[in-house]
Amino acid sequence: MTASVVVTGLGVVSPNGMGVKDYWAATLGGKHGIGRITRFDPTGYPARLAGQIEDFDAEELLPSRLLPQTDRVTRLALVAADWALADAGADPAHLPEFDMGVITASAAGGFEFGQGELQALWSQGSQYVSAYQSFAWFYAVNSGQISIRNGMKGPSGVVVSEGAGGLDAVAQARRQIRRGTPLIVTGGVDASICPWGWVAQLACGRLTTSDEPDHAYLPFDRDANGYVPGEGGAILIAEDADAARARGVRPYGEVAGYGATIDPRPGSGREPNLAKAIETALADADVNAADIDVVFADGAGDPAGDLAEARAVSTVFGDRGVPVTVPKTMTGRLYSGGAPLDLAAAFLALRDGVIPPTVHIDPCADYPLDLVLGEPRPAELRTALVLARGAGGFNSAMVVRAA
Amino acid sequence: MASKSFTLDDLKRTLREAAGVAEGVDLDGDILDTEFEVIGYESLALLEAGSLIEREYGISLDEEAVGEANTPRSFIEVVNAQLAPAKAA
Repeated sequence: MTASVVVTGLGVVSPNGMGVKDYWAATLGGKHGIGRITRFDPTGYPARLAGQIEDFDAEELLPSRLLPQTDRVTRLALVAADWALADAGADPAHLPEFDMGVITASAAGGFEFGQGELQALWSQGSQYVSAYQSFAWFYAVNSGQISIRNGMKGPSGVVVSEGAGGLDAVAQARRQIRRGTPLIVTGGVDASICPWGWVAQLACGRLTTSDEPDHAYLPFDRDANGYVPGEGGAILIAEDADAARARGVRPYGEVAGYGATIDPRPGSGREPNLAKAIETALADADVNAADIDVVFADGAGDPAGDLAEARAVSTVFGDRGVPVTVPKTMTGRLYSGGAPLDLAAAFLALRDGVIPPTVHIDPCADYPLDLVLGEPRPAELRTALVLARGAGGFNSAMVVRAA
Repeated sequence: MASKSFTLDDLKRTLREAAGVAEGVDLDGDILDTEFEVIGYESLALLEAGSLIEREYGISLDEEAVGEANTPRSFIEVVNAQLAPAKAA
């Protein structure tokens, strides 16, 4: 018998809302967090829009001991983890330390911290480089700092698979729970809106050069011409269902199914493999396509990615066979943070019986999708599918079910 | 110049700047002989503090001695051992 894994806590740090309550209210209200970059002067860069978190006071929320050794991304992740644990009613100080692990996703690590130390190295010399640079930049740093802060000594790690990473981390958390660790802190946060991080993101060639926040990141729109990057994500508390029940907490829902594939190499002429990931996730959850009540799409925001995703969804569900939404049109693409935020939105949608909207787009008629546009759509929701794709050919799909 | 030496206040100021203060720790309490681990500073925090001191005082600390200094008192002694020859020079 395979243990059922549930999500009992959510911690959200999003450009359009900090904390579950603000994020969900903003998302249902169609309020976006995309604007011209203010964290540095973007004049002269080909892309100038981002989904930025404006009101985050790390000094208020974290002990001073953690500030000299953490990048912004880790501070966001630590606070999201605090909120998620509180939401789950889980006090790590009162749980056995080897019964808790941390598995998050990361696509970039701590770029802004690293930029500062490299500048110190070049302008002043090696003795001016912080000892904390040894780990503050690193992909695994969010997992490490969350585990240290909360005294969690169970299985820990990081999954790096760009935009798909958030789902892959939750899937790895589920594996570790099934192997016997009752609680895993999972999800992911990325944040690298600094000049060095921005240049690295520009190198992918898929950022939109639009200067209009409400006409920039346009997945499934004929005008789609790249994405707006953002910062943030979500941390989730995943638990063995029986352990959660024994603690007396009511979960948001179950991580019921997962599938992941890799695309054929570019130029091979073969089709992308997203549909196979969806089918694998449905089979894993033991549900049929007809059981899926809503799809949270990846929403690449470029014609090739949008076409591949629209084809995969219509292959599995039929033309306009299932409501599809892209709430990340309100945040920009958050790399590893995007899919965990979509998982949070999916669990909240299941809880409230409402599908959050996709904003800003005028859907291209070539894509046979039933997109939820502009306004939230009330619906009876029991099962949701979250899709996430990552640069490099990663496709992941996760089925979540109401508790 | 002869009066220049490294004090507990200097160490506290350096630790605050280099590594902050852990929750529930009072650096202004009686910490002179308290092990660094108890007041929330691991080897990396002390490495960073040592690096700040080297820059501020223009000295070079004995890495091994810094690594072995496990209380504020012993750390201060390591720093002053380097400050003394610097003064004499």
